[in-house]
Amino acid sequence: MSILKEEFPVEAMDFVTAGEASAQIKRLLKKLGVDAGVIRRLSIACYEAEINLVIHSDGGKLVLEVDSNEVTLISEDVGPGIPDIDLAMTEGYSTASEDVRMMGFGAGMGLANMARNADRFDISSKVGEGTTIKMYFSL
Amino acid sequence: MTVNEAAKIIGASILTEGTDTSREVREGYTCDLLSWVMAHGREGMAWITVQTHMNVIAVASLHDMACVIIPEGISVEADVLGKAAEEGISVLSSRLTAFEICGRLTQAGIGAC
Repeated sequence: MSILKEEFPVEAMDFVTAGEASAQIKRLLKKLGVDAGVIRRLSIACYEAEINLVIHSDGGKLVLEVDSNEVTLISEDVGPGIPDIDLAMTEGYSTASEDVRMMGFGAGMGLANMARNADRFDISSKVGEGTTIKMYFSL
Repeated sequence: MTVNEAAKIIGASILTEGTDTSREVREGYTCDLLSWVMAHGREGMAWITVQTHMNVIAVASLHDMACVIIPEGISVEADVLGKAAEEGISVLSSRLTAFEICGRLTQAGIGAC
């Protein structure tokens, strides 16, 4: 039974509003009275996903779905896709540009950090089409 | 130690208006890689970084940090400070290097995670 479902669009290369969707999602979950530990883990995973959308995709969205025993966060994008997911999941591996690295991003921690913070993590990608990440957090 | 007390130890001014500077600093951290800090940041941290763009505030806020400390007198843009105030994150500016800030805060009893 879904208590709430909401979508948050994320624009490619917009570093000014990057993080806004994650902040909104965090506030929403606080209002719903979700456990602080879950909010913390979800916020971190969500921010990583949002930044990845900004850096790597041609645009995408975050979809938050809350039901009575689980929160689901989906990141969907249109973009280049990931040719080798195992390699992309390796900490320290990044394809981020020099400009993005200068801002302190592109340490190659994002996907691994999402997987670590979610209770379940699924990623699928098609080269030339886009990437979908599903993260589940038990309540 | 509070944010206010930490600021005094490193001769820092508080750039944000209206944030709670009586907040407890639990530990210190320094790193300029935001994605690294996303992975290792914790609640109540004083985070020292030379990065001054908007995403620093997002990372500090998501981790519910105590404050962000900008070393070497690097200037911070007004819209970033406005965002920090809105999120309740104090931003401190010190003329000292990150190295010296860490040294002084450690000597004053702030631990690392």
